[in-house]
Amino acid sequence: MILSCAFVAIAGIVLAADHNDAPSVKGQTTDITDLYVFQGQNTDNLVFIGSTQGLLAPSATSAAKFDPHTLIQFKIDNNGDNVEDLVIQAIYHDGKINVYGPVRPSHTGTRTKIEKEDLIGSVPVTPYGATLPIVATGSNGIRLFAGPRDDPFFFDLDQFHKVVAGQASSFNNPGSDTFAGTNVLSIIVEVPKRLLHASTGKLGVWLTTSTQESGHSD
Amino acid sequence: MKKKLKICLTWMTVLVFFAACKKHEPAPPAIFYDQADQMGRPAINTVFISPADKDKFNGTTPTQMPAAFGPEMKANMLALNPGYTTNLLGLTADQFIGVLSTDILNASATGKTTFYDGTNVLTGRALGDDVIDVELTLLFGGPDGHANPGLTSDHVNGNDVPFLTAFPYLANPH
Repeated sequence: MILSCAFVAIAGIVLAADHNDAPSVKGQTTDITDLYVFQGQNTDNLVFIGSTQGLLAPSATSAAKFDPHTLIQFKIDNNGDNVEDLVIQAIYHDGKINVYGPVRPSHTGTRTKIEKEDLIGSVPVTPYGATLPIVATGSNGIRLFAGPRDDPFFFDLDQFHKVVAGQASSFNNPGSDTFAGTNVLSIIVEVPKRLLHASTGKLGVWLTTSTQESGHSD
Repeated sequence: MKKKLKICLTWMTVLVFFAACKKHEPAPPAIFYDQADQMGRPAINTVFISPADKDKFNGTTPTQMPAAFGPEMKANMLALNPGYTTNLLGLTADQFIGVLSTDILNASATGKTTFYDGTNVLTGRALGDDVIDVELTLLFGGPDGHANPGLTSDHVNGNDVPFLTAFPYLANPH
């Protein structure tokens, strides 16, 4: 209880890449911290990293859990119209993360459903304290990971706040990484590029979290 | 032969019966999910959207963002840097906001993926990319990137622990 209060107090003053960006997601399982999309070690693949529940102190990390009612989605536009043509979906169920897609979604926009026909694999959530990450390979050679990781974001956010508040006129050199020593819960999916059908060679990607509508008991 | 036919008919009846039963099971109701948070590029909602609109931004589709939030994003940008003219990419305030206000992360499916490396612009976001210095430079650095030198880098140039070269790429938690 004391720990969680301390966490809320810290979270109250920190927002960053997307950590704690808005009142209704702050401190929730839906709070996105970051999105990364980059070429994999095998350059035929793209890696998608979506992280949530940021600024976890080591002491708070084992208690942080994926939520069976929070759907995490990478939305992918592959023809330049800024509407999702494909989605990769991830949701917690019974100790694992189930991953669906990439598949054309039956519903675009802010109200969506799981594309259950397109389950491509599951990966057990790597527990906090595990020496090695648990990884899995789904269909089409898609690789999967889910669990706590070091927050890869780095920024002297405290000094930025001082600058914005008029309490400082510049950054310090060297700066101090506000995110050093903190963790996030990450979903990591590595996908062969050919499955993404980038007709112009370019993709547009955004990460969303969504909450299951009430009135259903799983 | 007759017996065989009879067995066959019996089985068919059984199958039809089961099929009929299955048909009468109500289809499970579709479960829908409502969007709570979203993100494309780093720090767009946190820096450019006014406090009262941050939840609304998270529930707006990218195609609707420019009309819904472009004006306030421009006002907030000019509040941060009243002296903004153009930036290192040669973008006026309106052009820069035109790019930022559709909050989608561009990614190349054919080549190098980087937020900005001096040559490639917005072809992805790699783990080591210093996205904050890029954004600060575009926001405060003026046409040559050298204006406001105290504000164009936070002087945190990398992560606190090394990334992994192989999947899953992110380091073990602290």
